[in-house]
Amino acid sequence: MKDVFQAVQVTDHVYWVGAIDWDIRDFHGYTTPRGSTYNAYLILGDQIALLDTVKAPFMGEMMSRIASVVDPQKISVLISNHSELDHSGGLPAAVEAIRPGKVYASAVGVRTLQELFHGALEVLPLKDGDRLSLGNLNLTFLETRMLHWPDSMFSYLEEEALLFSQDAFGMHLASLDRFDDEMDPDVLKHEAATYFANILLPYAPLVTQLLARVGNLGLRLGIVAPDHGPIWRKDIPVILDAYGRWARQEPTRKAVVVYATMWHSTERMARALSEGLKAEGAEVRVMAMDHVHRSQVAYELLEAGALICGSPTLNNHLLPQMADVMTYLKGLKPRNLMGAAFGSYGWSGESVRQLNDILVEMKVEKVGEGIRVKHRPDAGVLADCYALGREIGERLRAKAAPAA
Amino acid sequence: MKSYECGVCGYVYDPAKGDPDNGIAPGVPFEDLPEGWTCPICGAEKDQFSPL
Ligand SMILES: Cc1cc2nc3c(=O)[nH]c(=O)nc-3n(C[C@H](O)[C@H](O)[C@H](O)COP(=O)(O)O)c2cc1C
Ligand SMILES: [Fe+2]
Ligand SMILES: [Fe+2]
Repeated sequence: MKDVFQAVQVTDHVYWVGAIDWDIRDFHGYTTPRGSTYNAYLILGDQIALLDTVKAPFMGEMMSRIASVVDPQKISVLISNHSELDHSGGLPAAVEAIRPGKVYASAVGVRTLQELFHGALEVLPLKDGDRLSLGNLNLTFLETRMLHWPDSMFSYLEEEALLFSQDAFGMHLASLDRFDDEMDPDVLKHEAATYFANILLPYAPLVTQLLARVGNLGLRLGIVAPDHGPIWRKDIPVILDAYGRWARQEPTRKAVVVYATMWHSTERMARALSEGLKAEGAEVRVMAMDHVHRSQVAYELLEAGALICGSPTLNNHLLPQMADVMTYLKGLKPRNLMGAAFGSYGWSGESVRQLNDILVEMKVEKVGEGIRVKHRPDAGVLADCYALGREIGERLRAKAAPAA
Repeated sequence: MKSYECGVCGYVYDPAKGDPDNGIAPGVPFEDLPEGWTCPICGAEKDQFSPL
């Protein structure tokens, strides 16, 4: 054995040659407790192609895995499906080491790679629907703009019914297992949903269009190979269905109560609200931003029907950790939510109004004008919070499906 | 009235449909969209659009 890092065979002609990042915990502000993988793929056709690379520090691992099946110098085509640095970071070094005849990306990808590497690479554009022959095998390309970057595209290997889907259908999950059927389905569901909620949700309408398009093209999907996490070879209908459902954003009877607190008054209000919600049969998550990460809130909100947010006032503003999560959630454009704001204050009390303004910008259907209390909530205020929770719970029951 | 396509993400502004989610009623020509209107999908500004 030349090296410990080996390629993993996916189909007759395709090998996984990516890298495993066991240690990453913060992926541009998305918390990744299970690490991740950067998946690159080698197609051993008459001509040999490499699809995507890995994050720059992992290039040694990728090159070793390639060398375990083929002399890297024999690769003649490099294709970049997504120019974000977790997949393109290794591209200049790969081009240097491999000297392929051609490097391809989508037309927007050509521009993005230029903006990233400033002429260090010569990249040729592929249009939507273009085909590329590797001799005995053929690739077709589909632009998937804004899923999740303007340059993103899919590559489809016709003879092996294999879709290279870059970030779509992926997840952050480090593992030595490479295939969905080797892993715990509950973990896959959780991590795939977390990925969708944090990366793809802003473009949910485009996901719906893309799924329809893939359906209309009648592509046979024997394998779906994303750029992070497991390769789907068994539960392809499961992940496609889940994407369809998440993209529709149908609300369920789940309510997310997200808040932050200094002296626990806002926390008491959150607890009273949550009990009222539960009394009406809602499934409730209570998340204190003092302890949880914004990307976990995004996950919980994905299938929810209500967002209830609370903050005390600090120097005339929201607590910074609430501003953080609300800015983040607003950017993710969740739809079909109802909600309300609450919070304690000492003298000026701006936070509830600020939260209400954000809820309006987020197009959340507001239930009531919010609940504000000076200093500690007494039994009466807590009863108001409980009643607001019940009201939201009732409305959820009237309009939303039971939580999964 | 002409439809316009966003050069970043491919979204098409169809004046017959407007952009009701962002307060633009059906029937507003692209040229009359207010300053500050941006692509509802990717956020690109008006000057990134071209006629179809
Ligand atoms: C999840 C994600 C979403 C992004 N959204 C946008 C966006 O909406 N508009 C934009 O102009 N750039 C967007 N970007 C691109 C970043 O702004 C770009 O990669 C930038 O160069 C990063 O700068 P930095 O290296 O200082 O982090 C996004 C990047 C990521 C990872
Ligand atoms: Fe990405
Ligand atoms: Fe990625």
